[in-house]
Amino acid sequence: MAFAVVAIALQRNLFAVVILSGIYSFLMATVLVALDAVDVGMTEASVGAGISTVLLLGALYLCGGEEAKPMRRPALPLALSVIIGATLVYGTLGLPVFSDPDAPIHQHVAKRYIEQGAKETGVPNIVTAVLASYRGYDTLGEAMVVFTAGAGVITLLRRRRRPRGEGK
Amino acid sequence: MRHYLVLRVVAKLLIPFMLVFALYVQFHGDYGPGGGFQAGVIAAAAVVLYAIIFGLPTARKAIPDWLVETMLAAGVLLYAGVGVAGILLGGNYLDYFVLGATPVDGQHRGIFWVEMGVGITVFGVMLKIFYMFAGRGREPDPE
Repeated sequence: MAFAVVAIALQRNLFAVVILSGIYSFLMATVLVALDAVDVGMTEASVGAGISTVLLLGALYLCGGEEAKPMRRPALPLALSVIIGATLVYGTLGLPVFSDPDAPIHQHVAKRYIEQGAKETGVPNIVTAVLASYRGYDTLGEAMVVFTAGAGVITLLRRRRRPRGEGK
Repeated sequence: MRHYLVLRVVAKLLIPFMLVFALYVQFHGDYGPGGGFQAGVIAAAAVVLYAIIFGLPTARKAIPDWLVETMLAAGVLLYAGVGVAGILLGGNYLDYFVLGATPVDGQHRGIFWVEMGVGITVFGVMLKIFYMFAGRGREPDPE
């Protein structure tokens, strides 16, 4: 994955960048599967590596495949991103140890989901039970967000096309 | 790309299985990994593959724009409708316990329809965005 990231940063050919980011998504999906988050891994593989690669290729078809050379050396942005990255890494030091059963996140409602979820909802897959039942409002909001994104794309792309058609 | 024989044959072989897999992910999400979101994306990916191989106009003929746009809104309405059904049957909004004879039965039914709504919306949105992007730079539609 680190190799893919460095290659993306160095590459000037945008087609290679799109393919590399697809590879990155697939690697990320395998990491998620290794972490036992199969649902998220599936989403990453289908959305990150599948649909968004196709959409980026479609965008490349419209705007050409070479990245413009930067005007000057990006010293300030590099320093900024290194500082922010270092701060985030420093922040992770305060987190509980990985897979620590006493971590606060496992003490609140997660316990009930795991112990009672299958009995209360009759659904063996806890992820589905939490997503659709316990967190039904959140998922409704998520569906709304997806819907709004689609509606936004429709309004943006359609409005631009119409005047051109009328001008001809 | 419809001149490439291998691609055409492989796509024709793959697309039915992709759609069946999407349905499996949709309806088996209670028991295995998956759910509405993943199923919608997989189904949309099958249609995108079809559009790439056989051309955008063919795909638009198979799954027309009005259908995609209807699905976009129908999924959200289905989801919200499940909530309203909960109110009408005497529970709270998005309360599934009242939907069936027993609470567990009601949960099953509620989760099924909610996942269905998510799947329909995601399928519609993904496909619509693809249609929109792929249709740019071509002749404008006779809408």
